[in-house]
Amino acid sequence: MTDLISMVVAKYNYWIYITLMMIGLYAMIAKNNLVKKIVGMNIFQTAIILFYVSIGVKKGATIPILEHGHGPNAHHVVHAVDYINPLPHVLMLTAIVVGVATLGVALALAIRIYNNYNTLEEDEILAQVREK
Amino acid sequence: MIWPIDLAILTLVVIAGIGALMVKDLLGAAILFGAYSFMMCLLWSIMGAVDVAFTEASVGAGVSTVFFVAAVFRTSRRTKD
Amino acid sequence: MKIIGLIITVVTGALLIYAAADFPAWSDPASPASTYLSPHFIEKTMEETSVPNIVTAVLADYRGFDTMFETTVIFSAGVVCFFLLRISRREEEEPETRYYRHVLTGVTIQLKEGYKMPPSADFERIDAVWTPPDLIIKTGCRILIPFVQLFALYVIAHGHHSPGGGFQGGVILGASVILLAISHDLRTAVRRMSEKLIGILCAVGVFIYAGTGALCLLLKQNFLDYSALAGVLHVDPITARSHGILIVEIGVGIAVLATMIWIYNNISSAGRYRQGL
Repeated sequence: MTDLISMVVAKYNYWIYITLMMIGLYAMIAKNNLVKKIVGMNIFQTAIILFYVSIGVKKGATIPILEHGHGPNAHHVVHAVDYINPLPHVLMLTAIVVGVATLGVALALAIRIYNNYNTLEEDEILAQVREK
Repeated sequence: MIWPIDLAILTLVVIAGIGALMVKDLLGAAILFGAYSFMMCLLWSIMGAVDVAFTEASVGAGVSTVFFVAAVFRTSRRTKD
Repeated sequence: MKIIGLIITVVTGALLIYAAADFPAWSDPASPASTYLSPHFIEKTMEETSVPNIVTAVLADYRGFDTMFETTVIFSAGVVCFFLLRISRREEEEPETRYYRHVLTGVTIQLKEGYKMPPSADFERIDAVWTPPDLIIKTGCRILIPFVQLFALYVIAHGHHSPGGGFQGGVILGASVILLAISHDLRTAVRRMSEKLIGILCAVGVFIYAGTGALCLLLKQNFLDYSALAGVLHVDPITARSHGILIVEIGVGIAVLATMIWIYNNISSAGRYRQGL
């Protein structure tokens, strides 16, 4: 029983990340509306970013900005255990900004599709394509 | 890292995510997606990833919500699912 | 489709949850990710670059090549939005009838058969369907925008010592211009920041980044090794790396600022550049 509880405490974060990721994946596959699909894509993306950021978390550590960087008592010894792992943060910071750029491209495509077919629903667009 | 806050915000994130996909109005979906991004930003700041949280607060909750609202305004609010 | 999607989702989710059993426990200080490479960066960043914010140092210095191409990706996304929405609209006929509104009195003039009015401060061009911007929102945003821009510049300049940097500051600067476009109308924002200027700024940001790298190459060091700038800036090589990071962050900020405004302008007006939201 205690094994089960310790496993749940250690892993429940990962389970919720996977749930979020699957919500996004399901929306990308099954939703009919293009804007809903784009929302699903963004949820999938943030779930992956969340997973990466959580890799860097350390118990009992502080944010990755060195204390007393400049000033009278600079140049003291820095211990790695005191600071959260900064490398996943760096990878994901650029991913978020690139994500919003791709979101802009996706929405521009959706607007072009709406101008041509006058609808955002996937089945109606496919029906119009088949008629032509 | 305080686990009750962590768990509460994770629940809110999942609720906001499902809500953004379930609601039958695209403008509502855009606003709920903004709420989702903001909850995500809180989650990262309690994980200690301050730079990522700052980026998400300005990009995810700010600019991408504006993009969604602008795109919905230029197309239609109607959705079947 | 829904059933297939549900099956795929459930199977993938089950596999991932099964795989999650092998992950190290959450927030474990001894996990592989935190023990192999990251201690080097945490302990040596201050000595090597004199930047307290490790994220900024790794982003713009150790991983500078990668960030350069991320900036290029953002630049190309802005250009793609422009091509998708704006270029095809150019061929569309300009409307035969134009409307101009006298700003002080609110009198609207209608000019037919393609006549144009020379640009003046007294008249603004409006669409056939026009909603007046609210006075309270207009005044509130006018007061707010300079402070937002000041904060954005602080975020870029203070990125070495606090959370922030080129990406965040650039997005906030872009958001201040987007706020102007929302609170007034798109034409006001485009008058302040024309389409041509946005396109040039977008390229200038990427050019500053790549140019700094090329300058290091010309000064007989590796590409993006900022310690080569020590001779130009008259500082020691470690401080030169810190200054190099600032130059690069400014380039990133300019590129992101221009791209955000460009994408917003194209999406909110569907490429027509009329009233906007």
